[in-house]
Amino acid sequence: MTTEHAASAHAPGHDPAEIDRHVRVYVTVFVALMALTIVTVAISYLHLPTHLAIAIALIVATIKGSLVACYFMHLISEKKLILAVLGVTAFMFLVLLGLPAITHSNGFWIHQ
Amino acid sequence: MSDSAVVAPKAHVAHHEVHHEELGFWRKYVFSVDHKVIGIQYGITGLLFLLFGFSLMMLMRYQLAYPGGSLPLLGKLFGEGRMPGGTMLPDFYNELGAMHGTIMVFLGVVPLAVGGFGNFVLPLQIGAPDMAFPKMNMASYWFFFLGGVTMLASFFAPGGAAQSGWTSYAPLSVLAGTGQTMWLIGMIWLITSSLLGAINFITTTIQLRAPGLTFYRFPFFVWAQFVTAFLLLLAFPPLEAAGVMQLMDRVAGTSFFLPTGLVVSGQVVNVAGGGNPLLWQHLFWFLAHPEVYVLILPAMGIIAEIIANNTRKPLWGYKPMVYSLIFLGFMSFIVWAHHMFMTGMGTTMAAFFQTTTMIISIPSVVILTALIISLWGGSIRFNTPMLFALGFLPMFGIGGLTGLPLGLNVSDIPLHDTYYVIGHFHYVVAPGTIFALFAGIYYWFPKATGRKMNETLGKIHFAGSFVCMNVVFMPMFMLGLAGVSRRLFDGGASYDFAQPVLHLNVVSSWGAWMLGLFQTPFIFNFFWSIWKGEKVGANPWDATTLEWAAPSPPPHGNFTVAPSAYRGPYEYSVPGAAKDFSPQYEA
Amino acid sequence: MDIPYTVEVRRDTGLNNGKIGIWLFLASEVMLFGALFASYILIRVGAPSWPRGATILNVPLATFNTLVLITSSVTMVMAWASLMRGRFGTFRFYMGLTIMLGFVFLGVKYVEYSHKFHDDLFPRTNNFLAIYFTLTGLHMLHVLGGMSVNAYLWVVGGKMWKTNPAWFTNRVENSGLFWHFVDLVWIFLFPTLYLL
Repeated sequence: MTTEHAASAHAPGHDPAEIDRHVRVYVTVFVALMALTIVTVAISYLHLPTHLAIAIALIVATIKGSLVACYFMHLISEKKLILAVLGVTAFMFLVLLGLPAITHSNGFWIHQ
Repeated sequence: MSDSAVVAPKAHVAHHEVHHEELGFWRKYVFSVDHKVIGIQYGITGLLFLLFGFSLMMLMRYQLAYPGGSLPLLGKLFGEGRMPGGTMLPDFYNELGAMHGTIMVFLGVVPLAVGGFGNFVLPLQIGAPDMAFPKMNMASYWFFFLGGVTMLASFFAPGGAAQSGWTSYAPLSVLAGTGQTMWLIGMIWLITSSLLGAINFITTTIQLRAPGLTFYRFPFFVWAQFVTAFLLLLAFPPLEAAGVMQLMDRVAGTSFFLPTGLVVSGQVVNVAGGGNPLLWQHLFWFLAHPEVYVLILPAMGIIAEIIANNTRKPLWGYKPMVYSLIFLGFMSFIVWAHHMFMTGMGTTMAAFFQTTTMIISIPSVVILTALIISLWGGSIRFNTPMLFALGFLPMFGIGGLTGLPLGLNVSDIPLHDTYYVIGHFHYVVAPGTIFALFAGIYYWFPKATGRKMNETLGKIHFAGSFVCMNVVFMPMFMLGLAGVSRRLFDGGASYDFAQPVLHLNVVSSWGAWMLGLFQTPFIFNFFWSIWKGEKVGANPWDATTLEWAAPSPPPHGNFTVAPSAYRGPYEYSVPGAAKDFSPQYEA
Repeated sequence: MDIPYTVEVRRDTGLNNGKIGIWLFLASEVMLFGALFASYILIRVGAPSWPRGATILNVPLATFNTLVLITSSVTMVMAWASLMRGRFGTFRFYMGLTIMLGFVFLGVKYVEYSHKFHDDLFPRTNNFLAIYFTLTGLHMLHVLGGMSVNAYLWVVGGKMWKTNPAWFTNRVENSGLFWHFVDLVWIFLFPTLYLL
């Protein structure tokens, strides 16, 4: 099995130069992830008010997660079908996280 | 073979047939990766569990008809711990009730509808040689088997099997005996089985469909299984998580579902507390509501196939039916708390869930109406599959309509947890889904075996089942409206207000035992026909969909020549055509 | 059995079967962990008081573990990129590194858990610890699962690479997707439990 054949049989268009570009992206993302980890831990030492702390932590986590998803998991260049499945999943995920919490929160629950 | 980039399917199949090695008995019939064998395994196992689960209910119905009565003969089988002197103890009643529900839903109907019919028919109907992941398909079956064995074994646990309802509400379930732990473990196996199956179904449907088989040329059955797979994929994991948490509560002493200050038998329970029993309910119903659509969607798929075939007409409203299916699947995720109207939620959230529940009735009505209109002007053939399909329509109608007062928050108040609910869901599942499953068995039996089942026995099976189903379940609406709660070990006998309607319990019980009796022609017919049924060819029903292009039964690899689809799935009675059906697979 | 599109992509979807399969599986995993996060939210919101993670858990150690997992994600994708460049030896290096980092992660978790048990802190002690042990425990099981698949590919890789390199590359990619997902869950788990 030749390497060229291996590359072309897997996905058309993945030549060595393109892989090198991808690798450069991976390293950049790696550095960004390490940095953001330090940032989020540092911010936690500030002991911000709870709601602010949660918001910031989640925003940083979302950025980090998006980097992993988009670049390590190649979602940024993934086919529409996969993105559609993940879109539906994301919606259901939010429903699962949100609806029970809303149902039991003050103003929506009978017994406060 | 594996080196070439894209090889035409025909060459693959021909090449494959030349050097097909002979597999031993175990690899061919037991640990097979062939979707047809796996489908039959699911089918037979599912049918056995249906029979077992039904038997549990037939036992319960004696207690309900004659509370405190001593069951002659059979009563001695269950020992002094469960039926002293042949009289059923309350705990045993609860055990039977919880396991009846669990077994019927998770070990009977879904494995048969999805594992059995889905596995056997789907690859054939899309012109595929097998599922996308055959080994994983085999794994799915054996996880299901393992789950079934675990559930059955739980009857022998100290204290008996799970007895906190199929819904396993906390805190009762957390405090219950070992059987509940086994229930949770069994569920984890079953959920794993379903998840692996769902991945297989979705991938197969998208990737392995024959050339020319676009999504809008799919038989409705394929669409139904496709949407069902998504429901299983996304709705089951939260129950798995909940199951893990309940296991933690039971085994590791956590308090996910145990509130602070819980008192049991006068003693404060020695746990950290701070948990929420309603968390269990949310996670459970997040699955269990989509689960009921898992129960009905494959059934609708089967009925659609049979109606098109036996009216010799295309389905009316195919596209609206497909869009309804997709919309239904989506909506099923945001209605679940209509099972929780009585838990103390405020009016805003109750209004939200009530609204989504009312909206979700629309696609169901569209599908049912389209199926009914499909009959109009048809040349109806009243064979056994069609009789069950015709029976399904009004039964599902009753089941669906009786769901409406339950889905409306205010009318649910007097009806919640009464026999009205039991009547409602049994109408949808029993003369609903199970009739569709019977229809499917009679319909696809020739494809699987090369022989038809006996028509006379089939008609007896239908007539008896149809009458008895209504005798069993119709009285339950009256019981419920009178205020009789479900899961009462004596069927309401100790309540004054229930006295005027108690006789209905006797009616239901006799209906159930007669229903059991009318299954015997079916059981006999099923096995007798495997060896003695009328032999048939590839397309005994003159049907149009791809599975009828394969031999009966299909060989390993399914098609002697890989098929293509040239037209829609229901081209019956095309004006100007030579015969009254134009198969999808004929050029 | 000749199942089409196990390696080559289907023209209209642009995908092979395994890629779709693994993403569907990950979708189900999103819902699995989602349920646990939803439970965390409900339990915490309903609790009269909730401890800040740092008061009970070891933040520096977990930060180190986060960096370990992120690094392992990079080595994982580099392992796949090596195969795409046809460099099997480099693949073995990076995959081996990924597996080793997985062991480091598990080792740190072992230290964390044993410290907790030593201090008489168990899942049954309070709900914070209950959800902590359940979330990290389930995550740990997933780390173990991913490592097992990676180890399998590392061990039998040589033979697979010789007989069907394209298929093997795909399997490594799919295993990588699972591993990245495990990292992704931790990216949310870590601040939720340790920093808030």
